[in-house]
Parts: sequence; structure tokens; C-alpha cells
Amino acid sequence: MSFNDRVSRIYQQELDEIRGAGLFKQERFIHSPQAADIEVEFPVGAAVQKVINICANNYLGLSSHPEVLEAAHEGLDRRGYGMSSVRFICGTQDIHRELESKVTEFLGTEDTILFPSCMDANAGVFEAILTNEDIMISDRLVHASIIDGMRLCSAEHDTFKHGDMKHLEKKLQQFQDKRFRVIINDGVYSMDGDTAKLDAIVQLAEAYDAMVFLDDSHASGFIGKTGRGTHEKYGVVGKIDIITTTFGKALGGASGGCVSGRREIVELCRQRARPYLFSNALAPVIISGVLKALEILNRSTELRDKLEWNASYWRKGLTEAGFILKEGDSPIVPVMLFNAKLSQDFSRDLYGEGIYAIGFFFPVVPKGQARIRTQLSASHDKHHLDKALEAFIKIGKKYVVLGKTKEQIIEMYGL
Amino acid sequence: MDDLKDVILEYVIEEYADEDDEVTFDTPLISGGFVDSFSMVSLKRFLEVKYKISIPDEDASPEAFDSVDKIADLVTRFLSKQS
Repeated sequence: MSFNDRVSRIYQQELDEIRGAGLFKQERFIHSPQAADIEVEFPVGAAVQKVINICANNYLGLSSHPEVLEAAHEGLDRRGYGMSSVRFICGTQDIHRELESKVTEFLGTEDTILFPSCMDANAGVFEAILTNEDIMISDRLVHASIIDGMRLCSAEHDTFKHGDMKHLEKKLQQFQDKRFRVIINDGVYSMDGDTAKLDAIVQLAEAYDAMVFLDDSHASGFIGKTGRGTHEKYGVVGKIDIITTTFGKALGGASGGCVSGRREIVELCRQRARPYLFSNALAPVIISGVLKALEILNRSTELRDKLEWNASYWRKGLTEAGFILKEGDSPIVPVMLFNAKLSQDFSRDLYGEGIYAIGFFFPVVPKGQARIRTQLSASHDKHHLDKALEAFIKIGKKYVVLGKTKEQIIEMYGL
Repeated sequence: MDDLKDVILEYVIEEYADEDDEVTFDTPLISGGFVDSFSMVSLKRFLEVKYKISIPDEDASPEAFDSVDKIADLVTRFLSKQS
């Protein structure tokens, strides 16, 4: 069948439906390196505008850090641009194994295997280690890539209410007849900014003979006293059986991810995980950058400390101004507006004030929970945050949401 | 049938609802974004244990589980097959 008028018409209709539902995603072109101050062209063809970026996953400001750039250049010079191979044919360099070993050390696990992305790690890990005799029990707010990974796996799946330990316990009791039980969580939930209660989860896992899976993509590098992640924050380093994480956020922000955890699990991934087996090895330039990022974090907690200060300052400023925030202590700070259109108008007006932050609404977040998700970075200085606060307050006054309750905002704008 | 619907509604509220949610017999559960298809497995298990029936996977479709009314119809169908 060729791509004829009928096919084209059907696809156009589908695109129109996406537009009609207000869900059409448009890229904004950035004409500068990733940083606190960026230059953005939006909409396409508009004059490039200098804005403060408060929506990047560049938590530690390592995306354009001079030492990371230098290391990446060096990696390019010494090990070349690409591997032109999957890992197990001729795509494994000494630095690939070196990074696996450094990540293992950093996360306090037994072994690590690299993947092209954390999306790939999540897509491959469940299928590699579970069968239809097993059960995956996931928090209802886990990341989409975990859901995709579970779909690819023949094990049965069920969910527990977000962060609800009693509900999780009920599910663990219910599935005692299974060969393996795996409790599946994000470390930091990317839309709400709250953390999985890993101390309680590990206790339940021990009581009901379950393994614990953790996607720590929004935590690795900065959550916990030395930035090891959510397991460090909750005092359970060494007790998480499977950790997946990304190098595309705090750890340099380029790309790549991994599965880190029990030795046998990592080895099974090396034998069976399809995204590992059938994707190119990570480029040397990325490996070299991540190695440097880890070296910087091992040397000092300065960056994660600054991020923590920034997040706390930002949260305090918004709260005092009268905004409703989702509770939490991570650098993800959602400003709740509840109404979808209001979140889009608010984001647009912020951009007019030189602040780049995105409004999220259903289906990305539950209905009636539209918000501006703000993300702090160690690359933000106080003057960035003060300017952004000023803009939030100005726009907040315009839409009369400061000091208002959820019910009052919903009464004004609807759900 | 009403008893059956009440039992299913009670389970659905306890298992899936948040404080603010209002659920009735015809609330679209899956298509309305209220229950994700992943979470259906516990409901299927509950029905099978409670009513001593076996619902094959091909019958446990998101459409068949999309409201308490539809779920009650499905369970009734399987109960009548057994009797």
C-alpha cells in the first residue's frame, strides 16, 4: 500500500484531533547551550529572546560545565566519535566498563550495565528478569517508560495507590502465590516532586519477600546527603535490588542510562535485555562526560548543596507570595493552577516576562490538576530566582490566584 | 443485580478513588482516565475470587471493564454460564 490520499487524510484527521484537544506539542528552538540563561526562538520565526530557564532537568548545572566539556572533548580525541557496534560485538571500550564500575560505586550497588537511555533500561529490564510466574506491583504514578517496560514483560502486573503503604501491603499479601514479587517505584515523581518512601517500602519488601525496583532518574546526583539518590535519603543504600537511572538529567544531561543492582540481575540484562543487545554502544564522548560528572560529585557536594538551597529559597518565596505548591523537598516544585487553560496562559505570560516554564495539564497530569512545573538548578544564582519570583508574582496578581484556595481558583476558572 | 453493582461500586471506590472523586454505576472508568488498564488486574482477581468465576483475558477488555454497569453485565454473563 502506498502513502495515498486516504492514508494522508486519516493521519491529518488524527493530527487535527490532537490539535483540537489542545495537546499538540510544539518545540521551542534554543539558540544557546543548556544553562540558566538561554536564548529561545518561539514561536518559530519569532525573534530570539533571552530567558531564564526553570524547566530543564539540568539539576546540577553540569550540561555545560567547563570540566565536563573538556572531558568530552578529550574523550572524542582519544576514543573517537562513534562505536559503530552494539556492546557485545565490538562496541565495548575500556571506558564503558570504567563507567559501569564508577556508577556501581556511586550508587552503592553490586554491578551496572549501560543502556542508550533510561527509557531503554526500563523497557528492557523487566522482560530480562521476570516471567509469567511473577508479579510487578507498581506505584500508580510511575514514569511512562516503566509502564512500557512492564507491557513488554509477560509477568502479571498490578498497581498500588500513589505512596500508599497500606495499599501496597494489601497487594503484597494478595500475591504471595507468585514466584517473585517486584515493588516498582520512581525515586522522585517527576510531575509532583515527591519521593517514594523507600524505608517503608524496603521494610514491606523484607516482610513479604519482594524485590524493590527504583527509577532514580530525577534523583541521581543530588538527592541524599551526598547525592547518591533517594535510597541514600531514606537510609537504604544496598537494599534496592534494581536501580535504573539516566545520564540525561543531573549527570551531564546528554543521554544514556543504566540498570544498576544485584549482580545476577545485571548479568541477565547483559544476556537478554533487548535495548542493550540491539542498540549501539554509548558514544565515547558521552561516557567521558559522565565519568567527569561523577568525579565532580565525588569530589564535593557543593553543587547538590547549592541546588538544595535554591529549591528551598524558591519554595519559600512562592509560598510566601501565596501560591499553592505540591508538597515536597525536591528541586521539582509544581505551582498548582488546576485549570488547563490558566496553566497555558500563565506560562505564555511568564515567557513574556523572560521566564521559561511550562504548563502541564491532563493527560500528562490528572484532570483538574494543571500546573506550572518549575525545576531548580545549581546553575541558578539568587538573582535568577529573584527575577523569576518577581515575574510569578506579577502574573499571579494578574490572574488573581495569590493567596487563594484551590476551591477559589476552581470557582474562578473551572476545572 | 443491584447487590452485585453495589459490591463492585464499593470495591472500585475503595481501590481506585481519591477523596474528591465521585463514582457512579455509569462513570467511565478506563476511558475516563479514572482507572488505568494496568490496575484492572486487581479488579478482575477480586471478581473471580468473590463470584467463583474465571474471566478469560480476552473477555477482560478495557471496554468490558469501563463502568460498574458493564462489569456487572460481564459478571452476570459468566455466572449464568456456570448455572
